Amino acid sequence: MSILGTRVVRTEDPRLLTTGATYLEDLRLPELQGAAYATFVRSPMAHARITEIDVSAALAEPGVVAVLTARDLDDIPDRPAGAGAEPLLAGDVVRFAGEPVALVLTEEAYQGEDVAELVSVDYEELPVVVGVDQGLRDETLLFPGTDSNVVSTGGAEAFDDAAFADCEVVVERTIVNQRVAAAPLEVRATAAIWADDRMTLWVSTQNVHGVRDAVVDRLGLGKGAVRVIAPDVGGGFGAKIGADRETITVGWAARRTGRPVRWVETRNENMVGMSHGRAQVHTVTIGGSRDGRVSAYRLDIVQDCGAYIRLGTMLPNLTMLMASGVYDLPRVETAYRTVLTNTTPIAAYRGAGRPEATAAIERAMDLFAAEIGMDAAEVRRRNLVPPDKFPFTTKTGATYDTGEYAKALDTVLDAAGYEELRAEQRRRRERGDPRQLGIGVSTYVEITGGGPEAGETARLSVHTDGTVTVWTGSSPHGQGHATAWAMLVQDELGIPMDRITVRHGDTDVLTEGVGTFGSRSLQLGGTAVHNAAVEVKERARELAAEEMEADPADLVLDTENGTWTVRGVPGQGVAWAQLAERAGPDGLSADTKFATKQATFPFGAHVAVVEVDIETGVPRLVRHVTVDDAGPVVNPILAEGQRHGGIAQGAAQALYEEMAYDEYGNPVTATLMDYTFVTAAELPSFELVAMETPTSVNPLGVKGIGEAGTIGSTPAVQSAVVDALAHLGIRHIDMPATPERVWTAINEARTAQ
Amino acid sequence: MIPPKFVYRRAGSAEEALSLVAEYGDDAKLIAGGHSLLPLMKLRLAQPEVLVDIGRVRELSYIRGEADHIAIGALTRYHDLEHSELLAEELPLLAHASGRVGDPQVRHRGTIGGSIAHGDAASDVPAVVLALDGTLVVSGPSGVREIPSGEFFHGPFETALEPEELLTEIRLPRPASSSWAFQKLTSRAIDWAVVAVAVQGRSVGLVNMGSTPLRATAVERALADGAAIPDAAAQAAEGTSPFPDRNASTAYRQHLARVLTRRALEEAGSRA
Ligand SMILES: Cc1cc2nc3c(=O)[nH]c(=O)nc-3n(C[C@H](O)[C@H](O)[C@H](O)COP(=O)(O)OP(=O)(O)OC[C@H]3O[C@@H](n4cnc5c(N)ncnc54)[C@H](O)[C@@H]3O)c2cc1C
Repeated sequence: MSILGTRVVRTEDPRLLTTGATYLEDLRLPELQGAAYATFVRSPMAHARITEIDVSAALAEPGVVAVLTARDLDDIPDRPAGAGAEPLLAGDVVRFAGEPVALVLTEEAYQGEDVAELVSVDYEELPVVVGVDQGLRDETLLFPGTDSNVVSTGGAEAFDDAAFADCEVVVERTIVNQRVAAAPLEVRATAAIWADDRMTLWVSTQNVHGVRDAVVDRLGLGKGAVRVIAPDVGGGFGAKIGADRETITVGWAARRTGRPVRWVETRNENMVGMSHGRAQVHTVTIGGSRDGRVSAYRLDIVQDCGAYIRLGTMLPNLTMLMASGVYDLPRVETAYRTVLTNTTPIAAYRGAGRPEATAAIERAMDLFAAEIGMDAAEVRRRNLVPPDKFPFTTKTGATYDTGEYAKALDTVLDAAGYEELRAEQRRRRERGDPRQLGIGVSTYVEITGGGPEAGETARLSVHTDGTVTVWTGSSPHGQGHATAWAMLVQDELGIPMDRITVRHGDTDVLTEGVGTFGSRSLQLGGTAVHNAAVEVKERARELAAEEMEADPADLVLDTENGTWTVRGVPGQGVAWAQLAERAGPDGLSADTKFATKQATFPFGAHVAVVEVDIETGVPRLVRHVTVDDAGPVVNPILAEGQRHGGIAQGAAQALYEEMAYDEYGNPVTATLMDYTFVTAAELPSFELVAMETPTSVNPLGVKGIGEAGTIGSTPAVQSAVVDALAHLGIRHIDMPATPERVWTAINEARTAQ
Repeated sequence: MIPPKFVYRRAGSAEEALSLVAEYGDDAKLIAGGHSLLPLMKLRLAQPEVLVDIGRVRELSYIRGEADHIAIGALTRYHDLEHSELLAEELPLLAHASGRVGDPQVRHRGTIGGSIAHGDAASDVPAVVLALDGTLVVSGPSGVREIPSGEFFHGPFETALEPEELLTEIRLPRPASSSWAFQKLTSRAIDWAVVAVAVQGRSVGLVNMGSTPLRATAVERALADGAAIPDAAAQAAEGTSPFPDRNASTAYRQHLARVLTRRALEEAGSRA
């Protein structure tokens, strides 16, 4: 029986959860002996001109190795200082609170903050731009010399006024997809050495190769001059893609001073220095007929870029691409503008552009349903792309591979007991229960893998002791690659998992690779491993044929015990160890790269049930039922884990989380006392329903599951809050639906009635 | 998030704590559970030169039934209050409220004395002690004094404690009425109260409704005058001016005080 599809307990967990894992701070390598500790001096101001930096007092402190500022960055290539270009250390101007201004190196870690306080920076305040509305006004420009804070636009140049002309009903609304923080358990960290004209960086990252390329580029080094290693990584959620300015600066400082340098940020710094996510404002317009058919949809996106361009110009393109969701809509128009503001830059956050698309269309569907007085699930059903239309190309240019949208919707409604929930809702409304029930339905499709540069690498070696090492270009940071990759190899080679070691994160071993983000690992990295196993198997067949003096075509591998025998010939056969021996010095190994331009499109449907205490406004998620179809499941424990985490994170955006700034650009949620990320206590046990629709894009038939839960849950939970109050005439509440926001909405609705 | 340098001294007894505080004077700060002080130090909002650690002064950790009151040592931790059989029997309000503070880590470290001495109006236990008409026993250079809880809380993070004084004991009279309730509204389970209401009999304490823990005197008066619960509770925000913050505006807090007071009185009534 194949091990694939079975509930194999994660082999990496004992190490990751108890002892034995090596996160960046745990590294005790001889190369890092005598390292200096890096502390960044960060701007307390959101927008200011730096008139002077005096480091003399800091330099006089005991334990100080160096204090470095932008002026010291004279040994790296110049960068065109165009709009949105992010420096390593701020030069003349700081553009967000928390921006690195100087780097302090000390003998001991604890000395850093004391010394940083002594670096005296004179700031001349500049007017601050907070929020996209202010950014769009262009009264204050973040980059003087440009004529606008808008750094990128795309989509329709002008909307077609006639698009909604034939609609019986048109609804328009502006909704906010708020800024959130990734807040991974392990904060950002880097260690760096410069030796023999080479830089080695240990980085807590999702993609060592991307970090390497960024460092090479920024510091003007030869491609071979940088090695990047990722040890165990404690979470990333998209915000650990690539090399942040701090990482590059730490590498540079190691070269500059000739000393190993270590940096690990504080939680406070993490909240302001690590990229934030989402931060879009949508104006949705939806029109159709009273029978529930939607004929036109428009999505106008304003993306808050933050102070510099990280991914702020890329994300809205994904949002536009996925704008029409699971629906077959005759007319779709999209456009975006990306606007600079004096806030932490925006980059990927679990879903990266796609959750925003889903949130917008799902909200629009709800608004449309409310306007025509039809059940929200029914309106969705009437507009879904039918199964016989796949592959389906949307008006925004995405080609969906496979999908069973109506089946997903009906399955989740059935599992949730939708009709009974509606009946319970009616009963509570009738008796004026202070705890009203809301039911939120969302359907979604998202895009994973694919893209022109996509692909992933693997190396698989069978050793002479019969064990296997798998190197993957993919980059686990909690997902469970060690378990899944070993299962794929065991399934193909019949070598038991406990003899298979999975390794990742060293650009000197696999010089090519991409990493883990965008739910790409299994479909690309897993396929690369699978293909490597297939290659090794074919090579082994030849070797076994030589060994047994038989025709390769007659060799059979018994995957139950991992031995090769000749068909029809009884006997012991040969084991993998023997074949590895026979393979000689080159070993029994394969290097593979799997690439495909074609993306996959996971989809699903969620039902959230929320109780709203209408006296206090407190919403509480009491049930969450989902179908998340990402094709065949290699290991349900891993897939369910991804769904659980995703649902929690998505629900958190709907109900709790927001990275907020005051009018002066001060972050007001920069500690975990103020940034209310979700905990298990706020969440019900999730009810997960299985559904597997394969894709033909890769040999495993799999799609990505890493972000699906997040994408489906946010709109379902938000919608459930609104639905609980629908009888009061409430149609929308922006996220996060905090108790006071809900209470205010109730008050306003009552006043209006 | 790394505090500046400080001198650390550990006191083995209340007496030693007092003499250490006397020795260092204004530069010294007592640390008990550290769960209010350390966050402030990590953010460098507090920068004491000397920390006098009283966390291991065992003699100040106790819960005792006395003739007419219950005596609680200032170093008693929330966890011990939450699980005390004596309190479950005689002062379930305090046990229950203690169990709603923060999360398990906080409850294993934080102390009743630290919470009261810190004088944070957002803390739960001070309002409970106030509602219970507790008395605070304080030792200092000039001996021991007893301060009624009604005179103890002066303003935001300001109390009747003098710099060189140590809070040693909290005395809580056995309540005349056994009806009690504690209603705490939080965004997430581990959060501080947006507003909380403690009820013992006809005493009502309010958390986070101003610069100090408060008694809802208008409610208490109305109840004494025989008002029905909803009418009395409607006066819960009378005379309060809670600070607006990210969690709640002044108006929303006042609304919550009314709703939670009504619920608390009803809940207490169901226990009578
Ligand atoms: C994550 C988190 C969540 C929390 N949630 C809540 C909550 O929901 N509700 C709540 O009420 N509290 C909450 N707290 C605060 C917690 O209850 C604190 O532990 C408590 O307020 C202070 O007690 P402590 O023993 O830790 O005092 P410390 O932090 O050690 O001291 C606080 C102050 O009191 C002084 N002090 C301490 N003991 C004495 C004494 N015996 N005599 C004189 N002065 C003294 C100290 O000098 C210091 O100024 C939370 C804290 C954290 C970190």
